[in-house]
Amino acid sequence: MATQASRIAGRLMLSPAVLLLFLWMIVPLGMTIYFSFLRFNLLMPGTEQFTGFENYTYFFTDPAFWPALVNTLTLVLGVLAITVVGGVALAVLLDQPMWGQGIVRILVIAPFFVMPSVSALVWKNMLMNPVNGLFAALARGLGLEPIDFFADAPLASIIAIVAWQWLPFATLILFTAMQSLDREQMEAAEMDGAGPVWRFVHLTIPHLMRAATVVVLIQTIFLLSVFAEILVTTNGGPGTASTTLTFLVYMQSMLQFDVGLGSAGGIVAVILANIVAIFLMRMIGKNLEA
Amino acid sequence: MGEIVLTEVRKSFGGVSIIQGIDLVIPDGEFVVFVGPSGCGKSTLLRLIAGLEDTSSGTISIDGKDATRLPPAKRGLAMVFQSYALYPHMSVAKNIAFPLRMAGLPAEEQQRKVEAAAKVLNLTPYLDRKPSQLSGGQRQRVAIGRAIVREPAAFLFDEPLSNLDAALRVSMRQEISELHHTLATTMVYVTHDQVEAMTMADRIVVLNAGRIEQVGSPLDLYHSPANLFVAGFIGSPKMNLVEGAEAAKHGAHTLGVRPEHIDIADEGPWKGMVGLCEHLGSDTFLKVDVAGVGQINVRVGGDVPLRHGAQVSLAPQADKLHRFDAKGMAMA
Repeated sequence: MATQASRIAGRLMLSPAVLLLFLWMIVPLGMTIYFSFLRFNLLMPGTEQFTGFENYTYFFTDPAFWPALVNTLTLVLGVLAITVVGGVALAVLLDQPMWGQGIVRILVIAPFFVMPSVSALVWKNMLMNPVNGLFAALARGLGLEPIDFFADAPLASIIAIVAWQWLPFATLILFTAMQSLDREQMEAAEMDGAGPVWRFVHLTIPHLMRAATVVVLIQTIFLLSVFAEILVTTNGGPGTASTTLTFLVYMQSMLQFDVGLGSAGGIVAVILANIVAIFLMRMIGKNLEA
Repeated sequence: MGEIVLTEVRKSFGGVSIIQGIDLVIPDGEFVVFVGPSGCGKSTLLRLIAGLEDTSSGTISIDGKDATRLPPAKRGLAMVFQSYALYPHMSVAKNIAFPLRMAGLPAEEQQRKVEAAAKVLNLTPYLDRKPSQLSGGQRQRVAIGRAIVREPAAFLFDEPLSNLDAALRVSMRQEISELHHTLATTMVYVTHDQVEAMTMADRIVVLNAGRIEQVGSPLDLYHSPANLFVAGFIGSPKMNLVEGAEAAKHGAHTLGVRPEHIDIADEGPWKGMVGLCEHLGSDTFLKVDVAGVGQINVRVGGDVPLRHGAQVSLAPQADKLHRFDAKGMAMA
């Protein structure tokens, strides 16, 4: 891409794709913003009218709004904490030479291939069910009273399910980074008198920071929009105990048929995502610079 | 302080024998260079001494104590790696201080030692930089700094100069030699570059296929190579090795004569035509096709006006001939 002509040719070739992606993004966003300023209920078609910021006022004063915001952040941070710490631990374990390495690695990656609604159903009916579930059976076997996970700790249960799904992703990225750690550095540290723990703290952890940043940024994007797991397991309840912003938007537009209010919620969620993104980039973005 | 004794050391990886029984005594304060072609096991031998590999059999003792089963950190040795192996996220000062920190020294003492090492190695202005902001030679000096602060019984160098350019290599070579004179600590240095070996070593250990071919001072090896391998390996350009009738005349199976020990004489015994002719200014390297002898490399003065195709006659210096028997061993 040195000459003027080749630069122009490059831009021309690129433009259809860029244009398509731009439209793909801007049309839904524009329509959502437009709807968010309308009184627009699916039960009363043809009565749409401009109402200014009324939808936003309703959304912010909705008694479910603040719990949903807190739940969203709890879910994102909880899953991030579990997957990053667990991912580092699994990456360290997978990095050890062992028998059946290939199969073990595939098994670790496997949960990532299970679609979210299916894994949520498996967790709900086979593992966490207070009557038939495996955990209940284990608890009874130990003489304890089975826990009704989705009634007593709904958000924590959903965090566990989502973390289980995303742990393979974090492990995969961190494990790949682990393999690029220079062996001579490790040997140098060994000669310098650093035991396994100090080598982990002073070499492995700093080496993994960049990969961990990638994991956190990518997962945050997806975790802000977690939906299927909530719908399948708790339906946002009990009360608002496991309602996130995404789920609140769904309830308002699809259960109460209030598209205007749902759109306003959607725009709020977009703004929240951007605030989170700015914070993240400020905090850990420097790790990505070479 | 830093005497290293290897007794019958062997190492094999999955049935492939890499080190085939090495006996070697490295006295305290000596600069020993392991040299040999790639794959001869010299790096493996160094890693065995360092403790980064376990010996398959044999013993290694350091300072009279058996260290065969000791972990690397307990052997009191410091190693400088080919890739420098600096810790990329730590500043130069922290890199150098790392072994002290691991040893649990108080912070002031760490700082004092780091500053002293930095002064010796001219690193003082760079102490706050990260390794990625340093040149190759500076990184190498940081790696050496990290080794010297520990005041080890011996230093191990694993081809430390092979990533540097030619000019820097010469100056770092001199710096390491200087350092050896200053510290007077045992140093074991691995290289495949015989110039490094010849210029730095007190004693050279020539390795080939996991065995020691010869141990001796650089000039010993140059003047009296024990066998054909050492004769061919030490010296640049390589020694001419002549077999057949010409060697038989001198009562040997193979006759060796170094290019610098051949004169151009009017009535020399070897007559031939000059092939390739390299004028370096200080020297001229000739390849001469001698009938009945083969191609002979000759090193003559810089101002020899010979060109490709010229006819010359050569006279090897009679007292500088090396004679080898059919097994390739030097004959007295």
